[in-house]
Amino acid sequence: MDLSAFRDPTIARGLIEAINDTAGKLGRPVKIMEVCGTHTVAIAKNGLRGVMPDNVTLLSGPGCPVCVTANEDIDIAIELARQPDVIVTTFGDMMKVPGSYSSLAKEKAEGRDVRIVYSPLDALSLAEKEPTKQVVFVGVGFETTVPLIAAAILRAKEAGIENFSVFAAHKTVPAALEALVNDPDVQIDAFILPGHVSTIIGQHPYEFLAEQYHVPGVITGFEPVDVLQGIYMLLKQLEEGRSEIEIAYHRGVMPEGNPHALAMVEQVFEPVDADWRGIGVIPGTGLGIRDEYAAFDAVKKIPVTPPPPKAIKGCQCGEVLRGITLPFQCKLFARGCTPEHPIGPCMVSSEGSCAAYYRFTDYGKTA
Amino acid sequence: MCLAIPARVVTKEDANMASVDIMGVTRKVSLDLVPEANEGDYVLVHAGFALQVVDEEFANETLDLLKTLPFFADEAGIDAALLEEAGTDPALVEEA
Repeated sequence: MDLSAFRDPTIARGLIEAINDTAGKLGRPVKIMEVCGTHTVAIAKNGLRGVMPDNVTLLSGPGCPVCVTANEDIDIAIELARQPDVIVTTFGDMMKVPGSYSSLAKEKAEGRDVRIVYSPLDALSLAEKEPTKQVVFVGVGFETTVPLIAAAILRAKEAGIENFSVFAAHKTVPAALEALVNDPDVQIDAFILPGHVSTIIGQHPYEFLAEQYHVPGVITGFEPVDVLQGIYMLLKQLEEGRSEIEIAYHRGVMPEGNPHALAMVEQVFEPVDADWRGIGVIPGTGLGIRDEYAAFDAVKKIPVTPPPPKAIKGCQCGEVLRGITLPFQCKLFARGCTPEHPIGPCMVSSEGSCAAYYRFTDYGKTA
Repeated sequence: MCLAIPARVVTKEDANMASVDIMGVTRKVSLDLVPEANEGDYVLVHAGFALQVVDEEFANETLDLLKTLPFFADEAGIDAALLEEAGTDPALVEEA
């Protein structure tokens, strides 16, 4: 599949002109927030902030699943790794994330069995190979990742693999956006909506944003032309006084999402409250494993009691995630907190706002 | 984390798995979430699973739509914009 047209500088330039023209007609300051770590990176890497008109600000919201994971949940994953005969498996970006007292990387260095896997199916294969160990998969991620975990649990049940379980710390996006638009400290005029979360959930779960709150949203892809097109469509809506949820990423998103994947999620998980770093508990935005599949629920199978969580001193990740503080406005940014020696999650994850600003932005000038 | 990349389904295999081609690299992925995927289809792959069958026609439609933007609006579309940019010198157009 040829994606070169979506990176074509001529098309991009045309869109930038269109964005400038539309923003000029609007005349007022506009804040557009993306809520997907892959968008955070795409915007920073392609220098898109630098080509925006003066009255358009691009903010990064709570779109990095690792960053929004509460310390308490990271502490549970660490405590699981400390149990005898337990192998903790995780996607690589969780390894270095600091909890209250440690990180999975530190635990591994101290001799616990923590392994990076590419897919939950790798964790399932590991469980088959290590029948005397309990293999726990740390389930962090949004709607894009959740169906995979559901499928892995269904596969484990069907194959009778009893030493596989999941620590379910997943989160769902739409209600978090509602919490943001209701937050008096946050001001957002429009949302760049996540591409691959929407591949699964489609466009309908966001429609309340446009209907109840009159905040437009465009589901956007990840190439530079995709992102510019999303921004242009949002500005056009604002200019015309419309608020709708539109899809710019037609090659990856159907209006109804992937109903088959959604049915699998529904079969295995049920909505529970979830604690978001920087935002707090948002009702119904977590996904707990249903009782029917309790045999695959790590915290039911291997109960652990981590010490009470504590905040990371000086870290403003919570404010950064809500777009209230820009990464370079944090006192620790580049002064003690860098990708090599991260203090907070927004600098640890390669998709975190702070890491993206650090790597790709001339923040000295921007500040 | 929610990165997904397009891959072409090469062979459907047992247990709802498939060999896919990701920019020249062959990988095994699960078709649990897209049982309708056929050999030759493009799928979006995320962490060892195909998430969705990609509609190539839709991809092309998006590009056609972009070409109708005011700044590309003349009949020749993007080619004309390119020519203008390059000062209508065909040699420069080649380079661009």
